[in-house]
Amino acid sequence: MSERVMEKLGILADAAKYDVSCSSSGSGRKNEKKGLGNANAGGICHAYTEDGRCVSLLKILLTNHCIFDCAYCVSRKSNDIKRAAFTVQEVVDLTINFYRRNYIEGLFLSSGIFKNADYTMERLVRIAKKLRLENNFHGYIHLKTIPGASEELLKEAGLYADRLSINVEMPTEQSLKLLAPDKNRNDMIAPMKYLKTAIEENRADKKILKKVPLFAPAGQSTQMIIGATPENDLQILWMANQFYEKMKLKRVYYSGYVPISNDNRLPAIGTPVPMIRENRLYQADWLLRFYGFKVDEIVDVNNPLLDMDIDPKLSWALRTLNLFPIDINKADLSLIMRVPGIGVGSAKKIVAARKFNKLTWEHLKKFGIAVNRARNFITCQGDNFILKDWLPEKIKEQILNSGASKYRPNFSPQLKLF
Amino acid sequence: MITIVYDGSFEGWLTAVFEVYEYKFNNVMMVTAEKFQPNVFNQKHESLFDKEKADRVWKGLSEKVSKAALAQLYKTFLSEEEGIEDILLQYVQYAFKNKLNIESDFSHPAVIKIAQTAKMVHREKHRMEAFVRFQLTGDGVYYGVCQPDFNVLPLIQTHFQKRYADQKWLIYDTKRKYGMYYDLNEVEFINLLFNEITNEGKNLEFIMDEKETLYQQLWQHYFKSVNIEARKNMKLHIQHMPKRYWKYLPEKQFTTSSQLPVTSTREQAT
Repeated sequence: MSERVMEKLGILADAAKYDVSCSSSGSGRKNEKKGLGNANAGGICHAYTEDGRCVSLLKILLTNHCIFDCAYCVSRKSNDIKRAAFTVQEVVDLTINFYRRNYIEGLFLSSGIFKNADYTMERLVRIAKKLRLENNFHGYIHLKTIPGASEELLKEAGLYADRLSINVEMPTEQSLKLLAPDKNRNDMIAPMKYLKTAIEENRADKKILKKVPLFAPAGQSTQMIIGATPENDLQILWMANQFYEKMKLKRVYYSGYVPISNDNRLPAIGTPVPMIRENRLYQADWLLRFYGFKVDEIVDVNNPLLDMDIDPKLSWALRTLNLFPIDINKADLSLIMRVPGIGVGSAKKIVAARKFNKLTWEHLKKFGIAVNRARNFITCQGDNFILKDWLPEKIKEQILNSGASKYRPNFSPQLKLF
Repeated sequence: MITIVYDGSFEGWLTAVFEVYEYKFNNVMMVTAEKFQPNVFNQKHESLFDKEKADRVWKGLSEKVSKAALAQLYKTFLSEEEGIEDILLQYVQYAFKNKLNIESDFSHPAVIKIAQTAKMVHREKHRMEAFVRFQLTGDGVYYGVCQPDFNVLPLIQTHFQKRYADQKWLIYDTKRKYGMYYDLNEVEFINLLFNEITNEGKNLEFIMDEKETLYQQLWQHYFKSVNIEARKNMKLHIQHMPKRYWKYLPEKQFTTSSQLPVTSTREQAT
């Protein structure tokens, strides 16, 4: 019996791994009645795979049998691979036993679509329900919303899951039509909309009523595959921003396409995963969510692509040099946060500390800011700021030359063999 | 220079702080009895733990700084870094001297040092919450061994107590040779006597639950299966999971993986 479970685990974890989300944050679920589990609001990564990605949840498919034939997916109908399916009890046992050993924060359950959307969704919900009601489990549960699932099932899912996600997969409808002819964009957007409203109602109830059940406390997320189709960064970030603003998503994930197929609609096997681009997109995403940037400050019709050799904040600063230098002892927090080399934490330290003392370079160094970057954009106490080579190209060159970018080897035109 | 020798506990250190004021010492250094080395040039003052003195200092501090800042002081103390007692004393003196709350004056050397040290300790606390791995023993106790850089067991107690309320567990710090044991009701700090066979608790196979090996193998297999070979990045892997933690992580142990069924679903011809 255990050998079969071992084999299934291999197949169904392997098939689930292209979903990059593994976050376990954002849920305040508490242990009740001396049960098992207590969510950690900040999330915990219990391990990291050799590709450097966080392992926080037991991320598996219930089954990789699928009636759809999406070109970018390993589980597509036409792919000749081993198929497997867990039983409800197997998923419950794995989750509980991994959790008890402190391997994981909880379960991330997705599935290939068998029979139809509701049939699949019902089984995902059943597992979450069993964990919550029969096993008194209060760890983190992330369920996939199956495109086209009914509202009743979504509602039930929200009662047991901490997070729900539905992957739009492609940044535009055209790409989706091309690569996933069975999928319909509206089947993805409709559940997302329904859940957005349900979550908002739940949060509103919580403000006025005493006892309101948790409903997807960690909200919704989605994923877009990057580099499989020709969309530019402007299209991708614009789409992401729509999800943040209109759908109130907690996260949009960008998944650099890992070539898994010889389909001529897709990059060939062996094409490198666009990891730098993916990283730049995440940096831009952070600027949107935590640094008060608007999409058109990061990319616009004239600059639709993110720079690959420098990060998007530095790019922005170099395009808007007229705003700089700013005085670290006077400028607003929102502006200090926009200085390349200064993060949210250091910016707050600066604003708190300058009430006591005029800050000097020595202070700033101790705060941990990247002085090498920041010095081109700020002035502070005891500093004679000299306008030297006030040209964007010069500043960029000087910053690039003074630090070793982790991506440098990738910029080399020479092929890396190993 | 006066050397104040205290017992090494946080309360003991608070007592010592009280005595700095009581005896109007200036120019002091504080050191634990364990680390104390007599020095002919220094005068020695032995401080004995006194609950009343410790409480008064703590109460006085809580009127000067926020709860978050008090927690930072405690975390910093647990770093066990050499000379950290003296920096903590500088912070306390600065706090008492000022009318205003000084906790966010990061231009003061002690304040920034404590903010940074507390952050470091907090990271280690978080790592222990992530990396402690339990093994189920035959008598139904989930047993975890760790060797944290800092003395963080007191900081992780609540986390584990809340999370694993329905299972007995024991977490043991092999570096500091103490542990905590939860018996389904409360957590107790304990010392263990290991015999030679268990090699300080590292070899426990013979007392394990019969299913323990299976779940470790399932976890190892899962860990391998979720890796994406095309994205391999060992530098990042090691940055997040430094090698010093590997010895207690089942997923980083060499296993008899050849016995596991081969389950490659990738059609990639590599």
